[in-house]
Amino acid sequence: MCGIGGLISDSTLAIPIEECARRIASTLRHRGPDSAGYYKDETTLLVHTRLSIIDLAGGMQPIHNEDKTIWVIFNGEIYNFVELRETLEQKGHRFYTKSDTEVLVHLYEEYGELFVNHLNGQFAICLWDTIQQKAMLVRDRVGIAPLFYQDTTDGLFFASEVKAILSAQNTTAELDLEALDQLLTFWAPISPRTIFKGVSEVSPGTYVVWQRGKALRKEQYWDLRYPLDGNFTADSESVAAERVHDILLDATKIRLRSDVPVAAYLSGGLDSSILVSMIHNFTENQLTTFSLGFADKDMDEAPYQQRVVDHFDTDHKSIQCQDEMIATHFLDSLWHIESPIIRTAPIPMGVLSGLVRSSDYKVVLTGEGADEVFGGYDLFKETKLREFWSRNPDSSWRPLLINRLYPYLNLSEGRANQFLQGFFGGGVSNPQAPLFSHLPRMTSTSQIKRFYSQDTIAKLREDGAANAMIDSLPGQFQHWQLFNKAQYIETKSLMGGYLLSSQGDRMLMRNSVEGRFPFLDHRLMEYANTLSPALKMKVLNEKYILKKAAGHYLPAEIVNRYKQPYRAPNIPSFFSGDTPDYVHDLLDPSKVNKNGYFDGKKVSLLVKKIRAGRAVGYKDNMALISILSTQVWHELFNAKFSSHVDALQSHVPIQVQ
Amino acid sequence: MSVEQTLRDYILENYLFTDDQSELNSADSFMGKGILDSTGIMEIIFFIEEQFNIKVEDEEMVPENLDSVNNLVAFIAKKSG
Repeated sequence: MCGIGGLISDSTLAIPIEECARRIASTLRHRGPDSAGYYKDETTLLVHTRLSIIDLAGGMQPIHNEDKTIWVIFNGEIYNFVELRETLEQKGHRFYTKSDTEVLVHLYEEYGELFVNHLNGQFAICLWDTIQQKAMLVRDRVGIAPLFYQDTTDGLFFASEVKAILSAQNTTAELDLEALDQLLTFWAPISPRTIFKGVSEVSPGTYVVWQRGKALRKEQYWDLRYPLDGNFTADSESVAAERVHDILLDATKIRLRSDVPVAAYLSGGLDSSILVSMIHNFTENQLTTFSLGFADKDMDEAPYQQRVVDHFDTDHKSIQCQDEMIATHFLDSLWHIESPIIRTAPIPMGVLSGLVRSSDYKVVLTGEGADEVFGGYDLFKETKLREFWSRNPDSSWRPLLINRLYPYLNLSEGRANQFLQGFFGGGVSNPQAPLFSHLPRMTSTSQIKRFYSQDTIAKLREDGAANAMIDSLPGQFQHWQLFNKAQYIETKSLMGGYLLSSQGDRMLMRNSVEGRFPFLDHRLMEYANTLSPALKMKVLNEKYILKKAAGHYLPAEIVNRYKQPYRAPNIPSFFSGDTPDYVHDLLDPSKVNKNGYFDGKKVSLLVKKIRAGRAVGYKDNMALISILSTQVWHELFNAKFSSHVDALQSHVPIQVQ
Repeated sequence: MSVEQTLRDYILENYLFTDDQSELNSADSFMGKGILDSTGIMEIIFFIEEQFNIKVEDEEMVPENLDSVNNLVAFIAKKSG
């Protein structure tokens, strides 16, 4: 991956170009430490910071076509570039590098805006057509590579990270309260909204077109689609398993294309273990694997990781995350995440990518996406059970099935119904409601809003977040089965807005490490979407078809193990030992009131409860991390942004192309 | 202080993070209104056992006894009586 940024304007650029280029390059340097380059003309600036992975010698960007009328900067990977290049060369296009980037300009010459449909990969692209005076900002199908923009009177600013957009304009951020409210409901703002007021993201599967003298135009070229009215593929179970196997294998193989060695993350769960097995069985790579461990046994998966390492004889490296690491890295992690977070889970992922980098790797394969594509999360089980329950809401035994999902609740008949009505937000009455699958999570996450200040409450509309999500759903959503609806919302909200960004790209790129995601190959997603939910979750056996497809490569205990959600310590990280000064400072009631998002008095009662050792539930943990991270965000991007940027303004060598 | 007021103050301070009495109705269902999660119910049990010197038996851990201030007041009265 790399960093891209720049500016396209209707009139001659009013700001000092060299300085603007340098500001963008310095704020994005962690994404591309190997070199930096830029292109400029009277109205356009394109900046690129490079992490060299393919064509180490010749891949400097910006890159142009034969007559230098089309320019491109690009962050990501085009995995089918070898095939695309062959086709383009047959059509007479001439290449001057061996990089995947160069196929973009020739594809655009050949197919115009529709060139995006030919790409298999993860990408954020800015393409500049000097003849038509037209720019395209393009983002991959699910949002692996980040891309933001802000339309201003000085022109259209864009970048891989928002800090570059702010820095280029020499300004600071303002928090978008509606985005915060959405984040405290769905874990992320609803795309294209971001926590930065006035800054949008290019939504996954979308491109934005700027053309001189015309209004900004957005085009969605791809989205998740599921069969209407239960019209799923007729493929038998064995045929489906074989196809899933073959597509996943190819998706994995093309993601090993690289001029530098590729390693893999190993969580000890099904998905990453399958990737490791495929690399072991079908390629010549001597694989290196990387894992996180935790002191807390409830969070640690080291025994499973070791089982897979032994089975496939990988060269394994792991790092144990200590509680205090999270407090130590909280500030610098949020500088990269650029958003409030509800849990600390992203921070250890940044520690892990640090281990990757210090071991001289810069590319890792990860199992991210399998749970969304094949229905792995408890949320999908919960949805299925609640729907079953809703068919006969007065049944006293139907809700007892929840015992199979949450055995530790130890529910007996009689008390179960009333308890679960509360636990699941009472939302079993109407499975037709568009957000049915997510109501329990929305209800529990929204508890954080109790801490809102009066001012925040006055500025927000009740149910504004839920209504915005409903408005974002595609027209055919209502004709999908409930399981698919749950998959869609989960992929769009938590995966796109949080797992791939806060916990994904940002925690990888902070150490200049690129993640690659075979389960998010669009061919695999498109085929999986045609499968009946019964093949994804057989009764309550999650990811059934994936287990059928590749489970036989793994030790049985990995396939049959209890699925453990990835978690990291929250409150104990900050309060079990010495509490860092910044925590005292930012949670002080006067500071909380000054920033104005939350109520200082309520926050002080939360801190008092924590100090008394009485804050142990998930609600208190989510509240503390959300409030603290929002306060940190304000400090980093509003109160002290310019001093942070100035600290980065070291001399970055930068070349004009 | 009455049992009801002791319970109200505890709930308000520790779960609603306020001293504004209007934010809690003594009849509000803790689970239904999202005031407590499942660990919260356990904390309430610890609190009333210590505060009122009673012992809550397993079979008594039902919403009719624990799920609102009013239910708790009645339950504690029965146990202490």
